[in-house]
Amino acid sequence: MTATDEKIVEIKHLEKSYGKFKAVTDVSFDVYRGDVFGFLGPNGAGKSTTIRTMLSLIRPTSGELKLFGKNLLSDRNYILGKIGCIVEKPDFYKYLSAEKNIELFARLSGVTVTKSKVHQIIEFVGLKGREKDKLNGFSHGMKQRLGIAQTLIHDPELIILDEPTTGLDPQGIIDIRNLILQLKNEHNKTILLSSHILSEIELIANRMVIINKGKSIIQGSVKDLLNAQELIVSFSVDDINKAKQVLDNASMANLIDTVEQTSLLLHLSQEKIPIINKLFCDNNINVFSIEAKRKLEDYFLKLIKG
Amino acid sequence: MMFWKSTYNEFLKIAAKPRSYIGIGAITLIVAIILFAMKTDGLSFISFVTAPFEQSLAFEGDILNGNLIAFIILQMLIIHVPLLIALVTGDLVSGEAAMGTIRLLLTKPISRTSILFSKYLAGCAYTLVILLWMAFLALIVGKWLFGAGDLMVLNSDGLIVIQEHDLAWRFLCGFGIAYLSMIMISTLSLTLSCFSENSIGPIVSTMAIIILFTIIGTLDVPSLNKIQPFLFTSHMVSWRNFFEDPLPTKKIIESAMILIIHITALLSVAVYKFNRKDILS
Repeated sequence: MTATDEKIVEIKHLEKSYGKFKAVTDVSFDVYRGDVFGFLGPNGAGKSTTIRTMLSLIRPTSGELKLFGKNLLSDRNYILGKIGCIVEKPDFYKYLSAEKNIELFARLSGVTVTKSKVHQIIEFVGLKGREKDKLNGFSHGMKQRLGIAQTLIHDPELIILDEPTTGLDPQGIIDIRNLILQLKNEHNKTILLSSHILSEIELIANRMVIINKGKSIIQGSVKDLLNAQELIVSFSVDDINKAKQVLDNASMANLIDTVEQTSLLLHLSQEKIPIINKLFCDNNINVFSIEAKRKLEDYFLKLIKG
Repeated sequence: MMFWKSTYNEFLKIAAKPRSYIGIGAITLIVAIILFAMKTDGLSFISFVTAPFEQSLAFEGDILNGNLIAFIILQMLIIHVPLLIALVTGDLVSGEAAMGTIRLLLTKPISRTSILFSKYLAGCAYTLVILLWMAFLALIVGKWLFGAGDLMVLNSDGLIVIQEHDLAWRFLCGFGIAYLSMIMISTLSLTLSCFSENSIGPIVSTMAIIILFTIIGTLDVPSLNKIQPFLFTSHMVSWRNFFEDPLPTKKIIESAMILIIHITALLSVAVYKFNRKDILS
């Protein structure tokens, strides 16, 4: 399924304050039907606050929140009926079985579900055979899967997943990522996925927004944002000064971004990497490694560090 | 429709929680101990109570009967039942916050007010189950073990003897007003639960308020005397009024009204708080 022009989430100038502390100062973004939308930002950027506000768990201080063309504050129940979500970690009633937990939340979603539908969903998330087990014995990964089952039970149009891979082991991360891709490809869902890991968003999302310190900084197509950006390429060489001189002689000094102890950071397009490499080799400069990073990734890492 | 589905969910949750059975277990144990004690040593207890009257009155028949046992059990347990009720009702909202399930619960297409009333209704039903269990053990098991008979009640005016045929409605109404006072406890703990993110806080706070108000209610200080009639704890034993002769109707109605006003006020606070609450847990 490809994204359409129909906006199903429109957030404009969202702000949320707790007394003098502003958790979110100015967040704006749009999600289109069919999107797998990446909501990216470092820890504490305001992702969870924004998501909680979208789900009416938190009252916004100001700003406009429209989902499915309706205002969240006046049409809360209509909107929530079309959303399935996991907010941070999926918590369930530990004293109930997986099956009973799903039935319980399905009942509140306004749909009548049969036992076979519940079992079908539990099987879809890879928990077949554990339906009758109480959640006391479930691992974090299993709860995350059950959380996804819970989001699907009422066949929502929009699925919101807040950091769904946090706390999972590498295999768990791959499993959840595959599940999300399955939702996108086989179930045609619009998915909003928050994460603080750019590579995760890059693998799954088609559009994204980056937020930091409560503000949205950049948004657009993941492909455009990542490909249009120049690369930051780190050349690890044996003689930094000579390398600088060579670039200067070739009228390429303007490419130098940063000079480090054993490497030069240059911003350039992908095609220029072999040219620079050849230039260094022709001038007897030993190149030990070449590492390319996108500017966006670098920018994002700076945000995280900064 | 969604309200009833939510209420059904709340019943299921209460029924599945192990802590819900602590109250039933505790009442069963206490009543069993009282019944055993009265069966083995009840007559000497009765003689101790009736001794001051024996010079002027002659007692005939079985004074130690099921009705007296039920009355004693009610009197002893009604003080402790609030803790057992608060154990469950104080956890209804804060328990969800502590477990993290409140995030999922409040993202469902049902209003927060409906969710809160569902919880309240389930809490009231649990309170009713506790009282009915107590009534069953006190009246049915008590009568089975000790037989029926007239009820002798000792109060501040002296001894009152109520005949067997005049007792059923008194017990029924007594349990009714006792239920209202226990609903008051459920409402208080549910309201406190809306302010808390852990299970223990509302339960301890409920008991602290009951103890504080009970102490204020018993202190004979002129400045406190004015507020004493308005404390809900002053009306928690109003079930005893149904075992007076003549029946103090005005007092009973006053007690019921004060309890209802308290319940309404606390419920309004709970609805307001729950609707305005930012879910940060």
